[in-house]
Amino acid sequence: MVLEKDDTEILAKNNIIVTTLEKLFNWGRAHSFWPLSYGCNCCPMEMMAAGAARFDIARYGYEVFRASPRQADLLVVAGPITLKMRPVVERVYAQMPEPKWVLAMGNCAISGGPFKDGYSVLPGADTIFDVDVYVPGCPPRPEGLFHGMLELKKQVQGKV
Amino acid sequence: MLQTENITVNIGPQHPSTHGGLHVEAIFNGEIIVDSTVHLGYVHRSVEKIAETRTYPQFVPYTSRLDYLASQLPTLAYCQAVEKMIGAEIPERAEYIRVIMAELSRIASHMLAIGSIAIDLGATTGLIYTFRDRERIMDMFEMTSGQRLITSYMRIGGISDDLPPEFFPAVNSFIEDIPKMIKEYEDLLVGNEIMQARLKGVGVISAEDAINYGVSGPNLRATGVAYDIRKAEPYGIYDRFDFDIPTRKNGDSWDRFILRIEEIKESSEIIDQALKDLPQGEIMGKVRRVIRPEAGKEVYHRIESAKGELGFYIVSDGSDKPYRLHVRAPSFINLMILPQISKGEKLQDIIANIATLDPVLGECDR
Amino acid sequence: MPNKKIIEGLQAEFNDALEVSNDGSYDILTIEKGQLHALCENLKKDGFNYLANLTAVDYEDRFEVVYHIHSVPENRKIAVKTIIDYGNPEVSTVIDIWRTADWQEREVYDLLGIKFAGHPNLIRILLPYDYEAHPLRKDFKLK
Repeated sequence: MVLEKDDTEILAKNNIIVTTLEKLFNWGRAHSFWPLSYGCNCCPMEMMAAGAARFDIARYGYEVFRASPRQADLLVVAGPITLKMRPVVERVYAQMPEPKWVLAMGNCAISGGPFKDGYSVLPGADTIFDVDVYVPGCPPRPEGLFHGMLELKKQVQGKV
Repeated sequence: MLQTENITVNIGPQHPSTHGGLHVEAIFNGEIIVDSTVHLGYVHRSVEKIAETRTYPQFVPYTSRLDYLASQLPTLAYCQAVEKMIGAEIPERAEYIRVIMAELSRIASHMLAIGSIAIDLGATTGLIYTFRDRERIMDMFEMTSGQRLITSYMRIGGISDDLPPEFFPAVNSFIEDIPKMIKEYEDLLVGNEIMQARLKGVGVISAEDAINYGVSGPNLRATGVAYDIRKAEPYGIYDRFDFDIPTRKNGDSWDRFILRIEEIKESSEIIDQALKDLPQGEIMGKVRRVIRPEAGKEVYHRIESAKGELGFYIVSDGSDKPYRLHVRAPSFINLMILPQISKGEKLQDIIANIATLDPVLGECDR
Repeated sequence: MPNKKIIEGLQAEFNDALEVSNDGSYDILTIEKGQLHALCENLKKDGFNYLANLTAVDYEDRFEVVYHIHSVPENRKIAVKTIIDYGNPEVSTVIDIWRTADWQEREVYDLLGIKFAGHPNLIRILLPYDYEAHPLRKDFKLK
C-alpha cells in the first residue's frame, strides 16, 4: 500500500509517523555527525573556534569530536594534504567505518590553495577522496563550516 | 621468568591535540619513556621555494600563514626585514599601530597556549574560556583587516588600512578587562591542584641547555635567562615603551605555563602606552610600487614572536623577487629539546612538555 | 664596532683564510671551508654561545652556508659564512659546538643537499624519507 503525502500528514496529526528505516537512519546520521579531530594548519583553528563558546557547534549536534577514527564518521579535511601526510590521512580514512563522509574545508583542501604550485602539497583532497562538500575560504569562517555541515545534512537526508 | 619488553608508540600525527601534525615516536618501558624521536614535515608547504617565485609584496599573505595563531607577528618581521633592505622610512602612526597589533597577536597566541595546555591535560573547559576571550581579539582584527585569523594587515612601508573609529572602544574595554580575565584563569587553572601536580617538575630545561639548543621566547625565560629581543635589540619603536621581562627560575612546564599568563599582563601594558601616545598622520611610507632591493644585499632580521625568536633571512639579486628567503622558525628549534627533556618521564608528561613548549606546526614545517 | 678586538684576534690567527665584511647589521666573517670548525670553536670561547640561524644559499656556481651567532644574554652578534663547491657540497658540522645545529643542518641537507661531515643523524627532516630531490636547489623548478 503506497501512502500519499496527504495521508502521511493526516497520520502525523494523529501522532503516527510512517517512514522507511533508511529515512530514519539517515535522519539520525545527519543530525549527529561525529567529526574526527584531524587537521594541521590554520583551518583547524577556525574549526576549534566553531567548537568553542561563541559559535557553538553543539547547537547542531556536531560537537562530539572523536579522537579515534574508528568512532568518527565525518572527516573534515582542514588544511593542505602534504606529501608526508598523504599516507596518514588515507589510513585514517580507511579506518573509519561506513557510512562516512568527507568535507573539504578551506582552499588548501579544495585545490591546494596558496601553496598549489609548491612541490609538497596535493592539489586538493579530491585527488584521493570522494569529497561530499567543499567549504571555500582561507580560512572559512566558523559560520562557513556550519553552512557546509548543514549542506551535508541535506545531502545525507536525500533532500539535495 | 617474566620479562618486559620495550614498546614503541606513535603519538600523532593525527591526535586530538591542538598542535597539528606532530609525530613523536616514543619507546616505552612500561610507562617510562626510554627514548623518543620527533618526526616533522607533515605540514611542509614549501613556503621557502614559493617565496622565490613571488614578488616581495606578494609574499606578505604567506607570512601570516606561518604562525597562524599570532598572525601579525611574522608579517611584522617580514615587512621590517624588507624595509631594512630598501631603507624605507615608516610613519610614526603606522609604527604605533604595528606595535598594538603585534601585542594583540601575542596575547591571542598566549591565550590559546594556556587553553591548549589545559585541554591537553584533560581540562576541556580551560580552552573554552580562553577562546571566548580570544574572540574579542579576532573581532578587533576583523574590524581592521577584514579577516579574523589570517590578517595580512601590515604592508612593506606601513599598514594597509587605518583604524576604524569602532576599534578604540573595543580595544580599550579589552585592555580594561584583562586583569579580570587573568584572575579567571588563575582561579580556574593556576590554583588547581591537578594542574600543579601534572606540570611542576616536569620537563625541566636548564639555562645552559636552553642556550645550547637555541631555545628562545617564553621557554628560555622560564629557565631564568632574561633575554627578550624587544629589549636586547629593539626593532621598530619598542625602545619607547616601559615594560618588564618576566622570568622564572626552574625551567619546568609549570614555569612555562605561568610565564605566558604573566606575559599577557606585560603586553597589555604596552598596548595601553601605545594607545595613549598614538599620533595622527600617514599610515604608509614612501615605498616604490615595485620593490627591487640592491643586488647582493642580504638581511637577517629577527623579532620576539610569541613562540620565540622569529627571523627572516632574505638575499636579493636585484630583481623584484627574493633570491633566497629563509624563515628562522622558533617552534622548529624549540622542539629540538623535546626528546632530551622527556627522557625518563611518563607518557602524560610528554604531552605536557609538547603543550608547554607551545609549537605551532605551520611555522615549524613551513 | 663592538666586535673589533675579537675580529682582530681572529684575523691574526686565521690570516688569509678569513675575510671580514659587513651587511649593515652583522659583521660577516667569511672563512675557508676547512677552518670553519676551528673558527666556530674560537667564537664559542669568546662568548658567542647562541647559534640563532643556520642556513644555506644556492648561487648556482657555489653554495654559501651562513651562520648567525649571538651571545646571550650579553647581546653581541656576528655572522659567519663559508663557501663550498657545487660539485661536492660538504662541510664540517658544528653540532658539537652548538647543539641547536642538529635539526638546522638536517633541514639544509634535506632541502639543499649539503652534507655535514660528523653529524650523527644526517637524514631528511621535512620531506618524506624516500623523497629523491633537493627542492631548494635552483635547478629544481616548480611546475
